[in-house]
Amino acid sequence: MKKIIITSLISLMLATNVNADTDGENNLSKKNSGKVKDCFESVNRATFSLNQGLDKVIFEPVAKGYRKLPSPIRSGTSNALENISSLITIPNNILQGEFIKAGINTGRFAVNTTVGILGIFDVATKMDFPEYEREDYGQTFGAWGIGEGCYVVLPVIGPSTVRDAFGSFVNVLGGDPYYNASVHGNNQYLDKDIYMTTKTVSGIDFRAKNLESINNLEKNSMDFYASVRSLYLQDRQQKIRNSDPTIDIMYEGDWEEVETQ
Amino acid sequence: MFLKKTTIFLISLVIFFSSIAKVYSIEPDIFVQSTVNRASEALNNKFSKEEKIVKLKAIAKETVDITGIGFYTLGSYRKNINDDQKKEYSNLFEQYFLKSFASRLAEYSNPEIEVLSKKKLNENYTMVSSVLVATEQRPQVKIDWRIYTKNPENPLIRDLIIEGLSLVRTQKEEFSSIIQSNDGDINALFSTLKEFIK
Repeated sequence: MKKIIITSLISLMLATNVNADTDGENNLSKKNSGKVKDCFESVNRATFSLNQGLDKVIFEPVAKGYRKLPSPIRSGTSNALENISSLITIPNNILQGEFIKAGINTGRFAVNTTVGILGIFDVATKMDFPEYEREDYGQTFGAWGIGEGCYVVLPVIGPSTVRDAFGSFVNVLGGDPYYNASVHGNNQYLDKDIYMTTKTVSGIDFRAKNLESINNLEKNSMDFYASVRSLYLQDRQQKIRNSDPTIDIMYEGDWEEVETQ
Repeated sequence: MFLKKTTIFLISLVIFFSSIAKVYSIEPDIFVQSTVNRASEALNNKFSKEEKIVKLKAIAKETVDITGIGFYTLGSYRKNINDDQKKEYSNLFEQYFLKSFASRLAEYSNPEIEVLSKKKLNENYTMVSSVLVATEQRPQVKIDWRIYTKNPENPLIRDLIIEGLSLVRTQKEEFSSIIQSNDGDINALFSTLKEFIK
């Protein structure tokens, strides 16, 4: 009950925050070209630099080492992490009213956890289950019409928004069954350290999959911070809409004013 | 009688030229596949990195609407600059684009891209969907190409949308950030571009 009250309060705070940010034209930014305000830009840039430092010293070298592991180990790890993530995806499918997807993802989780040995083998995909799409509480808040609030860069975790950061917070307020089983489950198989290890490996797996693309983007950006912010916000908007991104992007902006033929 | 013959002749001319235009118009998906094949050939390991960059720049000049992308990425600022500034910007942007584009692609060797489908959105645009085939090191990547088809005989690439993320939109927001960080002074963007293309 206490958790429900806290979650409700956070939702209320988010809604209030959104009202405070909206200028009535659904263009939340006066300083940036996007629709999300970067209210704490100087702090965000400092945190971003800190994260880049940590990446250079810790995450990038570890990710490079991880990439040297045999391919079946990496794909098995990646599959298992994705399988665990469905424990957050399924409740969010339900909260967004996507009951068919919730059913499919539950079936996928059941098949991969049992036949696929704790998700190491993605048997469900081989059985022609539809493509898996992650969902989280930030996306659910977005689907409910709650705005992003300000853009923030969190230490270690990286780019986020006020809404998405609260969405992640819901995980530790009982929204993530894996967290609950690990930290509060009182069982001999899982504990807090295993939960933290899973999250760390998840970050390394992501970095390893994007080694070249991130390094390439950094090398060719004149303002790397602004590029990452743009990519993060585009990605979130697309995931929340659950729509065809090419069509959305097609009508975005003022292309029609640019005539060259 | 003369009028009738002239009318028939003119109609025949119109039909003739429109059929020629149809013959020479290039389908956007074939255009993308052909461009990808040319880029793959340029990225063949038999060439040095410098040779790859020269070849990629030549392909980009032919197939990408660099001028259009340049003005799009300026956003609303393009309305407030004079003709001399526009000329200077176009020149700087082209150099920036070619250096950045070639440098990004030259890191890859023999990328395998499969064109899957196309979707005509209106007379000016067709979206072509493709995938960059997975390797041991990275998963499959979805790439959509925004093709500008106003002149069907000379289709041009206006954007790449990688896993739903628009490269041109990202560029636009990066430029906007640079200008805004310098109190709206567009010359700051020009200086940054000059610094990059050095």
